[in-house]
Amino acid sequence: MSQPFRTEKGGRIDRGEELTFTFDGEEFHGHKGDTLASALLANGVHLVGRSFKYHRPRGILSSGSEEPNALVGIYRNGDQTPNLRATQIELYDGLEAISQNRFPSLGFDVGAVNDLLSPLFPAGFYYKTFMWPKSFWDRVYEPIIRSAAGLGKPPRTPDQDTYANQFAHCDVLVAGSGPSGLAAALAAAETGARVILCDEQAECGGSLLSESNASIDGKDPANWVHETVARLSSMENVTLLPRTTAFGYFAHNFVALAERVTDHLAEPDSKLPRERLWQVRAKEVVIAAGAIERPMVFPENDRPGIMLADAGRTYLNRYGVKVGHKVLVATACDTAWQAAFDLADHGVEVVAIVDVRETPPDNLIAIAEARGIRVEAGCVVTGTLGRKRIKSALLGRLMTSGQVASGGQIDCDALLMSGGWTPTVSLYSQSRGKVVWAPEKGAFLPGISVQKERSTGASKAVYGLQACLEDGYAAGEAAATAASGKTATITYSSAYGGEAGSGGILGALPHDRNASRVKAFVDYQNDVTAKDVKLAVREGMHSIEHIKRYTTTGMATDQGRLSNMNALEIASGTLDKPVTDVGLTTFRQPYTPTTFGLFAGISRGDFFDAVRKTASHEWVVQHGGVFEDVSQWKRAWYFPKPGEDMHAAVERECRTVRESVGLFDASTLGKIEVVGPDAAEFLERMYTNPWKKLAPGRCRYGLLLNDAGFIVDDGVIGRLAEDRFHVTTTTGGAPNVLATMEDYLQTEWSDLNVWLTSTTEQYSVAAVQGPKAREFIAPFIEGIDLSADAFPHMSVKEGTFCGVPCRLFRISFTGELGFEINVSRRYGEMMWETLATEIEKRGGTPYGTETMHVLRAEKGYIIVGQDTDGTVTPYDAGMGWAIGKKKFDFVGKRGLARTDLVADGRKQFVGLLTKDPKIRLEEGAQITTSENPATGTAAEGHVTSSYYSAALERTIALAIVKNGHAREGQTLYVPMPEGSIPVEVTGTVFYDKEGAQLNV
Amino acid sequence: MKRYSFLELAKNAFSAHQNWGRQWRSPEPKAEYDVVIVGAGGHGLATAYYLASEHGIRNVAVIEKGWLGGGNTGRNTTIVRSNYLWEESAALYNHAIGLWQNLSQELNYNVMYSARGVLMLAHTVHDVQSAQRHIHANRLAGVQNEWLTPEQAKDYCPPLNIEKNIRYPVMGAALQRVGGTARHDAVAWGYARGADALGVDIIQNCAVTGIRRNQNGSIEGVETAKGYIKAKKVGVVAAGHTSVVMDMAGVRLPLESFPLQALVSEPVKPAFPCVVMSNTIHAYISQSDKGELVIGAGTDQFVSYSQAGGIHITNHTIDAICELFPQFRRMRMLRNWGGIVDTTPDRSPILSKTPVPGLFVNCGWGTGGFKATPGSGHVFAHTIAKDEPHPINAPFTIDRFRTGRLIDEAAAAAVAH
Ligand SMILES: Cc1cc2nc3c(=O)[nH]c(=O)nc-3n(C[C@H](O)[C@H](O)[C@H](O)COP(=O)(O)OP(=O)(O)OC[C@H]3O[C@@H](n4cnc5c(N)ncnc54)[C@H](O)[C@@H]3O)c2cc1C
Repeated sequence: MSQPFRTEKGGRIDRGEELTFTFDGEEFHGHKGDTLASALLANGVHLVGRSFKYHRPRGILSSGSEEPNALVGIYRNGDQTPNLRATQIELYDGLEAISQNRFPSLGFDVGAVNDLLSPLFPAGFYYKTFMWPKSFWDRVYEPIIRSAAGLGKPPRTPDQDTYANQFAHCDVLVAGSGPSGLAAALAAAETGARVILCDEQAECGGSLLSESNASIDGKDPANWVHETVARLSSMENVTLLPRTTAFGYFAHNFVALAERVTDHLAEPDSKLPRERLWQVRAKEVVIAAGAIERPMVFPENDRPGIMLADAGRTYLNRYGVKVGHKVLVATACDTAWQAAFDLADHGVEVVAIVDVRETPPDNLIAIAEARGIRVEAGCVVTGTLGRKRIKSALLGRLMTSGQVASGGQIDCDALLMSGGWTPTVSLYSQSRGKVVWAPEKGAFLPGISVQKERSTGASKAVYGLQACLEDGYAAGEAAATAASGKTATITYSSAYGGEAGSGGILGALPHDRNASRVKAFVDYQNDVTAKDVKLAVREGMHSIEHIKRYTTTGMATDQGRLSNMNALEIASGTLDKPVTDVGLTTFRQPYTPTTFGLFAGISRGDFFDAVRKTASHEWVVQHGGVFEDVSQWKRAWYFPKPGEDMHAAVERECRTVRESVGLFDASTLGKIEVVGPDAAEFLERMYTNPWKKLAPGRCRYGLLLNDAGFIVDDGVIGRLAEDRFHVTTTTGGAPNVLATMEDYLQTEWSDLNVWLTSTTEQYSVAAVQGPKAREFIAPFIEGIDLSADAFPHMSVKEGTFCGVPCRLFRISFTGELGFEINVSRRYGEMMWETLATEIEKRGGTPYGTETMHVLRAEKGYIIVGQDTDGTVTPYDAGMGWAIGKKKFDFVGKRGLARTDLVADGRKQFVGLLTKDPKIRLEEGAQITTSENPATGTAAEGHVTSSYYSAALERTIALAIVKNGHAREGQTLYVPMPEGSIPVEVTGTVFYDKEGAQLNV
Repeated sequence: MKRYSFLELAKNAFSAHQNWGRQWRSPEPKAEYDVVIVGAGGHGLATAYYLASEHGIRNVAVIEKGWLGGGNTGRNTTIVRSNYLWEESAALYNHAIGLWQNLSQELNYNVMYSARGVLMLAHTVHDVQSAQRHIHANRLAGVQNEWLTPEQAKDYCPPLNIEKNIRYPVMGAALQRVGGTARHDAVAWGYARGADALGVDIIQNCAVTGIRRNQNGSIEGVETAKGYIKAKKVGVVAAGHTSVVMDMAGVRLPLESFPLQALVSEPVKPAFPCVVMSNTIHAYISQSDKGELVIGAGTDQFVSYSQAGGIHITNHTIDAICELFPQFRRMRMLRNWGGIVDTTPDRSPILSKTPVPGLFVNCGWGTGGFKATPGSGHVFAHTIAKDEPHPINAPFTIDRFRTGRLIDEAAAAAVAH
């Protein structure tokens, strides 16, 4: 099929395999091995996108991940992924790409009117306008700005793909597989060290894949790559990861890699993840990320057809694509000359080589002359023409005065440019290293290592093939030795050709045009021009950080990789200060944009957060129970019978427990086994209550404060033996209580001999509550005398339940006679099913958390986190009795003594009864003294719990009220949007005030 | 100060924008100032601006170790809201909300305050209780906040996933319509330009290295990288480094500094209409005018001054976002960064006089002080000028940690931002 710009032969594409793809609906052909960019170029398509602000037509600028212009959306499975770089998309059959940020079409984009209006839109213009009329910002200006901004369209449907996660350790991680990276990997691997080599491209080899003018060990460089990769793949200690970007360098040599697994496949295996996150802990890291070429900043340097010289060379040598028929090469350094020579050798007309330098190297001039290429030294491009593709370029001659004289116009259909090379120091900088300015190289280079890493090759401005190989071998050897102490002797390959060039320029080129009218782009994607940078400086933005933010240079999706150095030089020139005074912005992860799905990994749905289930879970599901989420746990909320709503179910459950017996799964409560000679002393210091005199076999309610003196947790603690306690905590508080205990034990009280073990998941706990609780459990329990005298309220004993060992507590959170049976988790289902089956027969009921809440509220028992909120002291909660008055110390004792905590007027825990017994207050509702409080009135407190009480046949509520304990009997108001609700302040115990039900 | 307007832009277009003046000067420090503010973040600059504009105190320097606005002001995710629980907080943040309304006009600098609405999701019964409590408290305090059912929440924010089959389904949301976002840099720059025009010296690249006190213990001046500067009063507004600076005056503060991370996606066309926050699953999101999804979560767990955090925080932030918005899983992260936030035990700020006469401190904003910038500067300027707190910041003393009169927003709801 016709691919008019395809070379006759050469390149690494598979000419035998033709692929069909579409761009904006139009069908094209390419070959296996092409990128979308190379395939489009082979078809003569340069115009691929529109710029962000001015909607200028843009073409493919580079051949790598730094591409700022050629961003496209890829359609697949009915949705699209925006902003992918055509230079990185591997072609597959049936690929569908669309251009972005244009309406209605790429060729005709109404947004391009912005380009005409651009005099009104200099850097930061939006800070200066859109302020009048005020209401227009939200309603008019911002919506317009928003719809004009943004690049591609966001995906609209849930992503169907999966993402994987892999943890890995290695001795040496090599990032980048150009000559230095391959040499480093090989040198390290030959020592036997465990090596991971990754490269963001589909193939290893980097610049070697487009080298035309060199040989290694007498071989074509690509062959050397092939052999080296084959050798590495054959080694068990090496992991080769192509299509894998090292995107983040974190503390302690932790490097994150993103591997693209299926995006390049026409029909991916649905079992494969789309991408894989590698979280690598490397003993040593070798950064071999190379260097990228810099655009030249001259007027109209952004037309389609204008491209980096090395990209032009890569398209030719690697992909077999000619970027044009008449190519102009503009450069400030030697390397671009080779691009011109290679093109000429493929029969492309090179209309001229325009070099900024007065005297480019003689040998290059000689080669050019031999090929009949016109050379213009001391010459710059001062402008270009052509709307959707460059047609011609204006040349200017540099005069000794510093002025530029017009140098005529020259026709071309492509322009290759090179401002020189910028070492890729991003990963080094991410490792928290400080880059150092090397004036002789015109570049920032890696400085002292902060972590265990070293840069090699072009990423530290070592250029030239032989030098890069040598540097790579040395880096690999040194890294392996540092990591594993091993050495090996390997024979270095030697290279011929591929010499380092010289030259390079930073900043904007001089020209003879009206500087204030022309646009010379510094940041392509964000449409930042040299003028904009100068304007920012003029307006007082003197640091690169301000300039960047004001102009948005360096904030596009290439993160300034192409633009930073030029912007810096322009700013430094305008300020007349050295580059180092203007500063370089720090590089942040990710190195290139990284898919959200990669970070999220398998974490979705049930994998989003562990689902913790108790032994009763299946039974509850089968019996129609409804669950609520309480931290990670699924807890049975209520058990509706057919036809019952939540209210009816809860009312029935409450009534049954009070009248007969109920069964509740209490397994989620935190459990900590506190053991050791100092266990009692430890609890004495942690909890407010006294523990030392608690006899084995007895329990006590424990109250835990933070050091500020506020309640943070509570639970019943049983003493099993002199040196052993069974501590329970709230469900949500379990991890924190354990962590706090460990914290104190390890940092404050290392004198104590105590061990803490979380046993939350080791026990299943069934709470059996109600007047018939004793007779109900009796048949199942052996080894414990259940009579009231032998086993009074607040006791704990060990015995068996249905023959398996159990810890039996006699405790109650309902105010009824109650037991909690703890058995090993493995018998949890057995226990639950046994009890649940039996209880229905005996007229009892299983009940859920809602009923538990109601029953405890009837008794005025607090729920930490609902009735308290971290601002409530034990005294506020009416639980001064829980404080061991004679205790020397406990956590929070000092906090509790602070003036405000003992002052009058604190908010205190009370009961509330609505005057109308049918009205149920809303939890969280505020309480005031006035029936019609004015806006801004300070609340007297708020409703913390509120329920319908079946036992009282009316609603009840608990609240925190200022001075509440002294206000019993007073009428207060709960202001609601529909009007205030009068309430009476009461005590907190609504049911069985004497506790008669407990002690039966 | 040359006023900014569309007309002015058009006029300047004819002169190719060659004639715009500096937004602020780069002066050398004078030997003495009436007030020295340490830290040119939004809060410090706003303080200086209001000292000059409201209290006529113009012999003021703002001393900044880096570049103005380069601290947390320039790193934050710009959520603005005021539906805090306690009356004291609500009053403070609502004061700011009031000032936000006219800030662009007042500063003649478009700070892009955009009342897109802040939706705070509830995923558990406990969340619902907490949200309802806030709504009731806010109604009484005169602060906008309303309850939405999951369906109403989806109407307000169509990308939201309210399916019941996700791990923590949305049970409803609290919406504050006046909440939204603003442009962080513009806030710093607008205040800087305004303050500069009133005569305030903003001295950048000049770290404060010491605080001098006289024999009576009162403030005398500050040592800086550019030499000693005398000052009658010093206001420290140094965010994550406040405890370090206050230590120079011998004042210890109950502050801990943590890294807080945020990230943005590549820019896309409008995809997200408002701000959504979820405390239970730890993430929040909005879309900037440029088109980037702006995403954040809670702090790293360990105290640190390092502005880079661990990848696990990013993983958990993004997995939460993808859980609520599964269509964003194919979006890509463009940039991830961190700032150092100074947190107090009760997660409320300190805006206070100090035991040292002439020394004032404004700190402890933790993960959520950007929204308060105008209000904070306004009442802090009052505190410095009058040597006594404005009624709004009177409760936000240092002393409250000694007396226990806390304003505990953390305990109340564990709300960030
Ligand atoms: C990632 C992130 C996201 C956030 N998101 C939000 C949000 O969505 N909404 C919200 O309301 N808040 C948010 N915040 C919090 C908010 O950014 C801060 O509370 C607020 O910006 C603090 O402003 P500031 O002016 O006090 O601090 P800063 O802007 O940090 O200013 C303090 C200044 O003091 C300077 N300084 C320090 N030491 C010295 C010294 N010795 N000498 C001189 N100068 C010194 C620093 O360089 C700095 O410029 C976020 C913070 C972070 C880090």
